[in-house]
Amino acid sequence: MTGRPITEDDLHAYIDEALDPSRRGEVRAYLDGHPEVQHRVAAMAVQRRALRSALAPVVEEPVPPELSLARIVEARQSRWRGRWASTWRSAAAAVLMAGLGGVGGWFAHGAVPAASGIAALKEEAAANYQVYAADHIRPVELRAGDREELVTWISQRLNRPVSVPDLSRSGYRFMGGRLVATPHGAAALFLYDDDRGTRVAVLVRPMEVEGDTPMSPHEEGPLAGYAWADRGIGYSLVADAPSASLHPLANEVRRQTDRVGGS
Amino acid sequence: MKDMMLLVEPLIPALRRYARVLLRDRAGADDLVQDCLERVVARWHQRRTDGDARTWVFSILHNLAMTRLSRSRRGWYVALEDADEAATAAPPTQEHGVMHKDLMRALDTLPEEQRSVLLLVSVEDLSYAEAARVLDIPIGTVMSRLSRAREKLLRATEAEAPAAGSRPWLRRVK
Repeated sequence: MTGRPITEDDLHAYIDEALDPSRRGEVRAYLDGHPEVQHRVAAMAVQRRALRSALAPVVEEPVPPELSLARIVEARQSRWRGRWASTWRSAAAAVLMAGLGGVGGWFAHGAVPAASGIAALKEEAAANYQVYAADHIRPVELRAGDREELVTWISQRLNRPVSVPDLSRSGYRFMGGRLVATPHGAAALFLYDDDRGTRVAVLVRPMEVEGDTPMSPHEEGPLAGYAWADRGIGYSLVADAPSASLHPLANEVRRQTDRVGGS
Repeated sequence: MKDMMLLVEPLIPALRRYARVLLRDRAGADDLVQDCLERVVARWHQRRTDGDARTWVFSILHNLAMTRLSRSRRGWYVALEDADEAATAAPPTQEHGVMHKDLMRALDTLPEEQRSVLLLVSVEDLSYAEAARVLDIPIGTVMSRLSRAREKLLRATEAEAPAAGSRPWLRRVK
């Protein structure tokens, strides 16, 4: 005997067969000396076994085809193939239009907005999320610890002061960020994650058109997001998460960038 | 992807069981597991590698189940009374069919939070620490919910066949 008192937790661990052999021996000795406790522990152990055997048949049932993991993986991949094809098509179209605009001159303003405005920003955010948030090795170029360096770099490249939104009060830690390419120039990509591993991306870039646009939700395949533009800067927040859960995050980013921009 | 198949596929029967007892509805439970697996596939690469896959998958399922249950309480889904009563009970041909039925009924009287702990620990064989991670609560809370669940289950079944009286046993040591 070690002399450690037997606790109720010990009794449950005894019922669950989770004690190491020496403690198990001590609990057994205790129970031998306390018949009423032993009676209850035995009754609970019987009930535990009864519960297990009552529910055992469920795991013996054949798994229905909808729950085949291979099938779910396959369905997702084909959804993404479709998604990517159309993203690339519209990116290519945007590049082509920009080229035509430059060469033709007459083409300039009418057609470009649709391909470079908020709609384009949403697609860029989703495409970058798909590449970088999924990256297991190096999702960010500069980590949270190098925030100052990141801010300096991004601000220089976007040619205006850019700050990193803080989502910690919403449960998302800042992971870091990087500069990314879009058909409309450089953009900043900031990544965040929560305790469950859900990653959220915020894409920020200057907007040549639609520079003041109210926030609107968007969905790109399994991704959801919110995008808006304020005084010539576009923002899109995206994640592989329900749209409703992202709305407060997007509001928070807008609140912070608004404050910074206004000061 | 290959490690995901190896680690997640064997969990599917247990996920179905956990969902079915929580929702008491066979089809609804399988829908929930499908939702869960879709999320697992989508977020596999975002998972913290230091964590255990089973705990992570169960926590996704548990959170989905809680969302679904709170919606059904607001009347968005089939009311629980309409749910398939036999969904979780063992087939009647089972040897102890009657006893199982009583047990299932007693299980239904437990509050949600106690039932989850009891199922994860007693049926799904998660350790106390793993159950704590799935439910996002401290281990001490797992232990006290487990204790209350077992006491209540015992009282519920003893009520039908009164035994040697229910004397208080050990007080819980904090």
